[in-house]
Amino acid sequence: MLAEELKQQLIEVVGEANVQDNKASLLVYSYDATPQFQSIPDAVVAPRNTDEVAEVLKLCNEHHIPVVPRGSGTNLSAGTTPVEGGIVLLFKHMQDIIEIDEENLTVTVQPGLITLDLINAVEAKGLFYPPDPSSMKISTIGGNLNENSGGLRGLKYGVTRDYVMGLEVVLPNGDIIRTGGKLAKDVAGYDLTRLFVGSEGTLGVITEATLKLVPMPESKKTILALYEDIEAAAEAVSSIIAHRIIPTTLEFLDQPTLKVVEEYAQIGLPTDIEAVLLIEQDGPQEVVDRDIEKIAALCRDNQAIRVDVAKSELEADALRTARRTALSALARLKPTTILEDATVPRSKIAEMVRAINDIAREYKVDICTFGHAGDGNLHPTCLTDVRNKEEIHRVEQAFESIFHKAVELGGTITGEHGVGAMKSPYLHLKLGDEGIAAMKGIKQAFDPNNIMNPGKIFAKSERKRVVVHA
Amino acid sequence: MITEQERQRIQTDFQEKMDYDELLNCMRCGFCLPSCPTYIESGYDEAHSPRGRIALMKAVVDGDIEPDDDVKRSLDMCLGCRACEPVCPSGVNYGHLLEQARDIIYQNHELSATTKAIRNIAFKGLFPNQGRIRTMTGLLGFYQRSGLQKAARRTGIMKILPDNLAAMEKVLPEVPSLKQLKNRPDHLPSLVPQKKKVAFFSGCLMDSMFMATNDATMKLLQHAGCEIVIPDSQACCGALHGHSGEKQQAKALAKRNIIAFEDTGADCIITNAGGCGAFLHDYDHLLQDEPDWAERGKEFAARIKDISSVLVELGFDEYPLQLPDQVVTYQDSCHLKNVQKTFLEPRQLLQTIDGVQYVEMKDADRCCGSAGIYNIVESEMSMQILDYKMKQVETTHAKTIVTANPGCLLQMKLGIEREGLSDTIRAVHIVDLLLEAYEYARQPVGV
Ligand code: SF4
Ligand code: SF4
Repeated sequence: MLAEELKQQLIEVVGEANVQDNKASLLVYSYDATPQFQSIPDAVVAPRNTDEVAEVLKLCNEHHIPVVPRGSGTNLSAGTTPVEGGIVLLFKHMQDIIEIDEENLTVTVQPGLITLDLINAVEAKGLFYPPDPSSMKISTIGGNLNENSGGLRGLKYGVTRDYVMGLEVVLPNGDIIRTGGKLAKDVAGYDLTRLFVGSEGTLGVITEATLKLVPMPESKKTILALYEDIEAAAEAVSSIIAHRIIPTTLEFLDQPTLKVVEEYAQIGLPTDIEAVLLIEQDGPQEVVDRDIEKIAALCRDNQAIRVDVAKSELEADALRTARRTALSALARLKPTTILEDATVPRSKIAEMVRAINDIAREYKVDICTFGHAGDGNLHPTCLTDVRNKEEIHRVEQAFESIFHKAVELGGTITGEHGVGAMKSPYLHLKLGDEGIAAMKGIKQAFDPNNIMNPGKIFAKSERKRVVVHA
Repeated sequence: MITEQERQRIQTDFQEKMDYDELLNCMRCGFCLPSCPTYIESGYDEAHSPRGRIALMKAVVDGDIEPDDDVKRSLDMCLGCRACEPVCPSGVNYGHLLEQARDIIYQNHELSATTKAIRNIAFKGLFPNQGRIRTMTGLLGFYQRSGLQKAARRTGIMKILPDNLAAMEKVLPEVPSLKQLKNRPDHLPSLVPQKKKVAFFSGCLMDSMFMATNDATMKLLQHAGCEIVIPDSQACCGALHGHSGEKQQAKALAKRNIIAFEDTGADCIITNAGGCGAFLHDYDHLLQDEPDWAERGKEFAARIKDISSVLVELGFDEYPLQLPDQVVTYQDSCHLKNVQKTFLEPRQLLQTIDGVQYVEMKDADRCCGSAGIYNIVESEMSMQILDYKMKQVETTHAKTIVTANPGCLLQMKLGIEREGLSDTIRAVHIVDLLLEAYEYARQPVGV
């Protein structure tokens, strides 16, 4: 509960309707899409503009109240779960596209804008914003920025970070700063833009972003390669890249994943084979045709039992959509689905997939694997039941082994979901104590009172919380 | 206000009766949020989203929150349109969760005297009883024909009603006389060589206030090659009861209908109201816990078919159909689409009519805000949703809005009335338009 005085001050800033603290409202902002994490905030506040954000932060900084910025709450690392209570900050009043600049090929937006709305708006002008996280129908740009979200097109086009040119950020002390700009080159001081992207809401609040656009690719082709052997599929991935072809998308699904995706989407995916690669190339027609032909040949060389080229855009779209829903479709099998995103250098994919299968066997847990194989970003997904404490324990052990293995292969504990509260216990595996100390120093400089999304990235701080289900 | 005692009873009932596996089945991915009209129209308030509602139900079961007024508010605000279901990758059956939750709340919560009176008249007196609803409709007809309606409008009695009720009163169809209402057929032959024997579920509202639409439905079926049985002993489908927390009554009605249709010798039961159809389609779920009825419920449910899908099946879209040139658009019935999964057939039928330029409107599958008695009890939200809908209609430049459910039809008429467009746009039930097209195509040339 907030002190009455502070609540009144917040109301003065954002208006009565934008400060909610009844029990039902607090409950529905106590979670995100991460299983097993839930914690009740003290209030839910929806500022209407940057100045109001600044006022709210100043107040919270003064009173040492945690602030958790939240888009649509589709985070998968408990990054938007208010694990230490405080204020959940919403951006439902800040959803505008401020400008599409067709000369500089940029778009300037507010953080509450839904990713797909942005994509559609720029595509209507023949422009292209490539980052396309699976949740893009509902995820917000603010969330994408703070998590540095990836997506299916990441292999060729990179991730959110690669499209951010400038930001407006409110710091915990209420200062409003601008970083970067519509500039292709800019070396004036530290690159704060890159620092804030992927900072998981722990440094400040992004209130505006200028994003880079690229011309729409002329054409696109999709193929599906089927394998009777998971490792052969993984080797095909390495082989395509080694032959200097960078497809837009190079997705991998194993058999258990295929089965559920097909059951859900019903688009005629084969379910009797071990693994599938969904590969896509875009660009000028001739290049696409040539690349797709080469890719198909390489897949066959690596023991693909069948290679199908999608006959129409409709067919291709069905395939892409099916892949996007993989995670959620898996949720049909068991009550609880725990999804990880361990990532390795792409040359190590076959080895990693093999290791995941061994680990699953060792701990006797069900793990389905799919993911962005082209960029080494796998999603080993564990199907379990939160009510089965003993099994959950084994699941945790299995994931810990997976993290160790990933780091050992030169990879990381998280490729695109962020550390959040879920993976903070494992961060040292990747960074070492010195790495964590360096990052803590940065955090300290921006947020000395630790009000910004506390309990995330770094292991927990001291403040008491109302734990619902942790 | 829900009293402390009621809260405790509701909480215990939640713990005993809610389907916990189904609640856990929601993985909180949020994929349903963009499809939920109340989430969008509330300005993205999670408490008015499917995920939020499921989280609240689960929290009540878990004892993390009491079922207070805000929890009830969140559930009351739900349209029950079930647009959150087809998009849910986990296959959460939200509609059933909502029904269970509402049933528990209404069983345990003392309503205010007026609300109770209205509900009693509607749920116990009127809807289960075809005879009585006919009399009521008869009274409405008398009111319209006697000039009383004009007098009422002139004197402004309608002004004291909420805005939309007053407008609603204007858009009610001309109802048939009591004599017509009582003279309903129970059997009709096919008018062409017979292809199929079907049973017709006439529906209480459809067979009274919308009797002409029912007549049109039967004519279409006869022309399409159907022999039709219309069992006299059928009752209201129970949807209004089921969706408003009166589950026991809904079950009783379901049993009456199962008996009425069991021995008709027809392999399918045709409906022309998406809302009724979906509820009939759910009888298997409604009766799943009653050993004597579960199997019969399942058989019944499997026979339910919407008029548009049976017409397509019988090749009615290959008949000559024609209308004067016009732009037509289609508003999905939520339950017809989200529960019965019928949405291609109506579009297919409309597109085969000569003279019709079919223009799909944006978000045609988003609820129109009618939702049973929602537009009366939650009128503000309902009107907000309707205003959005009318904006989409206007961008299509349609002259005719086609619907597949009486509630939607009235709501669209209400929308037209509110926008002051009643001279230029009309709303019709799909069967009325199809019959019009069938007859127009057969008019002697030159007339
Ligand atoms: S889409 Fe389904 S699983 Fe996802 S939040 Fe909505 S109801 Fe839950
Ligand atoms: S039934 Fe309709 S209004 Fe209710 S939660 Fe689902 S989509 Fe929203």
